[in-house]
Amino acid sequence: MDAMDGPVARLVGLRHRYGAGVALAGINLEIPSGRMVGLIGPDGVGKSTLLGLVAGAKQIQDGAVEVLGGDMADVRHRQAVCPRIAFMPQGLGKNLYPDLSVRENIDFFGRLFGHSRRERQRRSVELMAATGLAAFADRPAKKLSGGMRQKLSLCCSLIHDPDLLILDEPTTGVDPLSRRQFWELIDRMRARRKGMSVVVATAYMEEAERFDWLVAMNAGAILATGSPEALKSKAGTETIEAAFVALLPDEMKSGHKALQIPPRTKYDHESVIVAHDLTRRFGDFTAVDHVSFDIQRGEIFGFVGSNGCGKTTTMKMLTGLLPASEGSATLFGRAVDANDMRSRMRVGYMSQSFSLYSELTVRQNLDLHARLFHLPAADAKQRIIDLIARFGLKGHVDQLAADLPLGIRQRLSLAVAVVHRPDLLILDEPTSGVDPMARDAFWELLIDLSRNQGVTIFVSTHFMNEAARCDRISLMDAGRVLATDTPDGLVRARKTATLEDAFIDFLEESDGRALVVDEAVGLDAANSAAPPAVNSSLFSTRRMLAYAIRETLELLRDPIRLAFALGGTAFLMLIFGFGITTDVNSLTIAFLDRDNTFESRAYLSELRGSRYFAEEAPLRDQRDELQRLRGGKVTATIEIPPGFGRDLRRGRPVEIAAWIDGSMPFRAETIRGYLVSMHQQYLDDLAIRGHLGDGSTALPADVAVRFRYNQNFDSIYAMVPSQLALQLALIPAILMALAIVREKELGSIINLYVTPVTRLEFLLGKQIPYVALAMLNFAIMFLMALFVFDVPLKGSFLMLLLGAFVYVIATTAYGRVISAFTSTQIAALFGTTIMTVLPATMFAGMMVPVSSLTGLAAVMGRFFPMTYFLPISVGTFTKGLGFADLSMHLLSLAAFVPALTLLGLVLLRPQEK
Amino acid sequence: MRSLSTIFWLSVKELRSFFRDWVLLGLVIYSFSLAIIAQAQSNAQELHNASLGVVDEDHSELSRRITRAFLPPYFKSAEPIAERDVDHLMNIGRYTFVIDIPPNFERDVLAGRRPALQVAVDATAMMQAGIGAGYAQEIIADEVADFVSRHGFATVPAVNLAVRIAFNPNVTTSWFVSVMGIINNVTMLAIILAGAAVVREREHGTMDHLLVMPVSPFEIAMAKVLGNAAVIAIAAGLSLTLVVRHLLAVPIAGSIPLFMCGVVIYLFFATSVGVFLATIARTMPQLGLLYMLVAIPLNMLSGSNTPLESMPAFLRTIVQVSPTTYFVSFAQAILYRGAGFDVVWTNFLEVGLMGALFLALGLLRYRSVATQGS
Repeated sequence: MDAMDGPVARLVGLRHRYGAGVALAGINLEIPSGRMVGLIGPDGVGKSTLLGLVAGAKQIQDGAVEVLGGDMADVRHRQAVCPRIAFMPQGLGKNLYPDLSVRENIDFFGRLFGHSRRERQRRSVELMAATGLAAFADRPAKKLSGGMRQKLSLCCSLIHDPDLLILDEPTTGVDPLSRRQFWELIDRMRARRKGMSVVVATAYMEEAERFDWLVAMNAGAILATGSPEALKSKAGTETIEAAFVALLPDEMKSGHKALQIPPRTKYDHESVIVAHDLTRRFGDFTAVDHVSFDIQRGEIFGFVGSNGCGKTTTMKMLTGLLPASEGSATLFGRAVDANDMRSRMRVGYMSQSFSLYSELTVRQNLDLHARLFHLPAADAKQRIIDLIARFGLKGHVDQLAADLPLGIRQRLSLAVAVVHRPDLLILDEPTSGVDPMARDAFWELLIDLSRNQGVTIFVSTHFMNEAARCDRISLMDAGRVLATDTPDGLVRARKTATLEDAFIDFLEESDGRALVVDEAVGLDAANSAAPPAVNSSLFSTRRMLAYAIRETLELLRDPIRLAFALGGTAFLMLIFGFGITTDVNSLTIAFLDRDNTFESRAYLSELRGSRYFAEEAPLRDQRDELQRLRGGKVTATIEIPPGFGRDLRRGRPVEIAAWIDGSMPFRAETIRGYLVSMHQQYLDDLAIRGHLGDGSTALPADVAVRFRYNQNFDSIYAMVPSQLALQLALIPAILMALAIVREKELGSIINLYVTPVTRLEFLLGKQIPYVALAMLNFAIMFLMALFVFDVPLKGSFLMLLLGAFVYVIATTAYGRVISAFTSTQIAALFGTTIMTVLPATMFAGMMVPVSSLTGLAAVMGRFFPMTYFLPISVGTFTKGLGFADLSMHLLSLAAFVPALTLLGLVLLRPQEK
Repeated sequence: MRSLSTIFWLSVKELRSFFRDWVLLGLVIYSFSLAIIAQAQSNAQELHNASLGVVDEDHSELSRRITRAFLPPYFKSAEPIAERDVDHLMNIGRYTFVIDIPPNFERDVLAGRRPALQVAVDATAMMQAGIGAGYAQEIIADEVADFVSRHGFATVPAVNLAVRIAFNPNVTTSWFVSVMGIINNVTMLAIILAGAAVVREREHGTMDHLLVMPVSPFEIAMAKVLGNAAVIAIAAGLSLTLVVRHLLAVPIAGSIPLFMCGVVIYLFFATSVGVFLATIARTMPQLGLLYMLVAIPLNMLSGSNTPLESMPAFLRTIVQVSPTTYFVSFAQAILYRGAGFDVVWTNFLEVGLMGALFLALGLLRYRSVATQGS
């Protein structure tokens, strides 16, 4: 063992809570350096919280954390030691980017840690060789098996030669062979970097045997520390698992006893599930490859294999969720039929993804399922009481499912699955991520169902000790069943000591998956390991580019999103460019001519000839007039009084009545304008024709209206440039907001917390591709304006281009600010939509000049970037302007960029809460 | 009966989920209250506070009278500007209207020479330019006529046109945009809430769970439709009575219960569209983009923003089959013009049938895609 030079981390009085729940209750701990330290304990006792705090991913609430000789609450220290720490969060490849290939993922992390291209090249080749990933360098991370994903995650963590490696349950959900390889890999890495400290949390107690020093945790507190031998001798037990149980406080131990499995009652070979050559393909990928089995009534049948080997797909085919590509399956002697409600009443299913409504309480969940299975009310009530008692949910009935510890949640899931007393239970990895004690309790329930109630149980798992409890198991790998037998039978067949070894033997035989590792490279690297290229400066272009390159790759790999983003703006531009205009034509009008003389017809013919109006059938009377206005059949009516012609000839004043439907004010005003100007025209004609003897009706002055910039007053010349501004405000903002919230929802935001990348680099890096995309949108719409709408650019192109560039930076920054408030994609989507569509269409000057707005509308308009780009777009296109007239607008627009960036920066958390 | 109970309990679950998302709830409340008020205050539909500059080269009594005749709320008070600045000030959008009164204008008017007075209008100010030009012409004409009559010339026109505006005598913007704001919200929310509810179940894996229970896709879809429609109907009803009627004091001519019936029928359509879109999109970002391409055109081209009469013929024909257009049309008929069931029942029927069509389309695709992406 290396010489000890002080602890690598020291925790003093550390407390942490989430809402009302206490995660850490005053921890005092010194973690020795240069060792492999294991954190063991049930789920939800605070292991992940503790590791997150040590890694600097979480904000310290109370107490002190010292890591690598400094206080982690101090921003400068955290920034300085960040490059020396590597953190692999819980969950398979949670810090990876699924659309990126193996090489691209490693490259991304290399850039974050400031390595030059040559250095990155050298290190990624070396790491891929050492982990056996070299053959899959170009495969996207999402297509890797669980084991390979964890190895890749490790590569990404090790790229910068950390002094402290923190692994949170790195092998959960990984098949035994990959798990063994993973630990061998860690051992080799430690041999290579002698001083490296490793801190690991694990749910597999047997893995804890290989660590140097253990920390046993329970309920936010430390039970014991020491070497595995020390713990075992202290508790006087054979295994770590037993030692852990012995160390628990007495009240927790009382319920726990070694699991007893009574022999199975035979039901004379009644087959419940029979599958023949069941096959499922997704494109050219075969997920399940000719799988056959026959499960008897009351049997506990296990599917054992790594994540992604086809267990879930098989189960989905049995439940009818997925149709089989080939082969057949029967349940209770009948072919699986997705629409067979009766067989659904006999099946209980627990899917791998947590299948409860997390926003409902325990009781509401049970209640909902009882209702959905149509249990009679009285029976349902009793059943729920029984289930709450039997599954130990008493203390949790009114808690939200989301707030339950994982072990309790799984119990609730099972309770929900059996609420209707099914004959068959299909359980997909029901105990994944659940600690050993909770697993035992869960299995007791399963055994009770199987042995005492004759329920058939089909369960999948990747835990070998669970597999050993099944009556029979199928070992699965890459879509195929390697062997099916009783656990003892399999061990005997392979002449191995344990079931795990037997499985590994089968795996190695099936595809020769012995670890392909170039040992020489690994050793070579040890000699040439360069000092870590630490760059903890405030701003690094390379780190920013790392994010920009990654985001671009992801965008390019999602062709649907890209097509929508590019085609969407063009589509909206097209229909709005034509559809939103203010050239009101063909307004419906009806006349009530109660005079019906030459004079009255002459007046009406003035209106009849106009393209603004479309005449409807004449009005019968005033009731008809009201009726038709009310029904929206006509928008205006004209009534000429009896005696109009006579009075006009005699020079007596007469009055014509017009009614306009005022339900849409703009339309009403427009109609009014049309009518008034036509009336004036009529009067002028009358005067010119000398009908009235003198020229007195003609106005003594000529009021000439001149429409500037657009003599014919066609709104398309204003609308098309406005659309350009509108579209550049909507979609770029939404894409930007979603891009950031997606990282939050999927968990890869952790890389912002634990790598040297700063918030500014993160924000700018992610913005670059969307600004580029928006500029592409601009180019498309610009060309559409010229060639589809025939709206020429009269002013300065350079001005427009510069304005658009500054504008899209501002609109993406606007989306980024909104993303800071939301944590789900749906809220981000809806929020960005209502925060952009309303101001953009109503308050930014598109329809009405901003200077005419009042109240809240005026305020919202002033603080929206489009208000300042609109004059630039309309100005350059239609008014023929350049820098001289528009520089003030450009400056105002530019002011949004630092303001919104700063706001986004302040609102983005540097650490998890 | 069993089916009804299943739908009822699944709808209750939808409601419970909705009320747990505080940010979403806040956004919904905002869009039905503050956002409506902001639109009502915008005065966007009428001529309001239009900016006006006057180049007075006459400096006579008549030119001063004309300048003073432009009054709020239609126009801001006219600002005197020099002729050489006109181009720049109109270029940067400072003034939408500029009146140029030539030298010797008053003298020429009195001498009966019919001098020309020019009103320059910024034609890019979409809604104001046309209406404002008409107003400006009228104001100037009235002022000149009045001035001339004081100097002994009779100018009583032989034929007078009395224009009256029905249902909204003062053409007040807030009457229109407040109700249209509610309508726009209903469309946007109904589609996104129902669509997202489906995608969320799929992303969280609870869809699998439902589909292995004795629950049919129809029941699941109906629960999404009912649960989300209930939330929006209540929000719209509250917004109409509390915000629009009481706070903004907009008079409602017709029957609110009849309008709410229409809202419920329309919600059936809009939520069905949401469910249908969710069967096309695989992920939330895809749903989001799809939603933008459907919901925004439905809203913008429904007649709730610009008149249908302004669209080119082909587009007008297309939007004539959009239920949103019918929604806007019957909302205006009921709320402003006091129309009864006899007038709007055809609209109700059309919207209901389109809703049934989209629900059927959604169901057709439902099961096959329900488990994708999980």
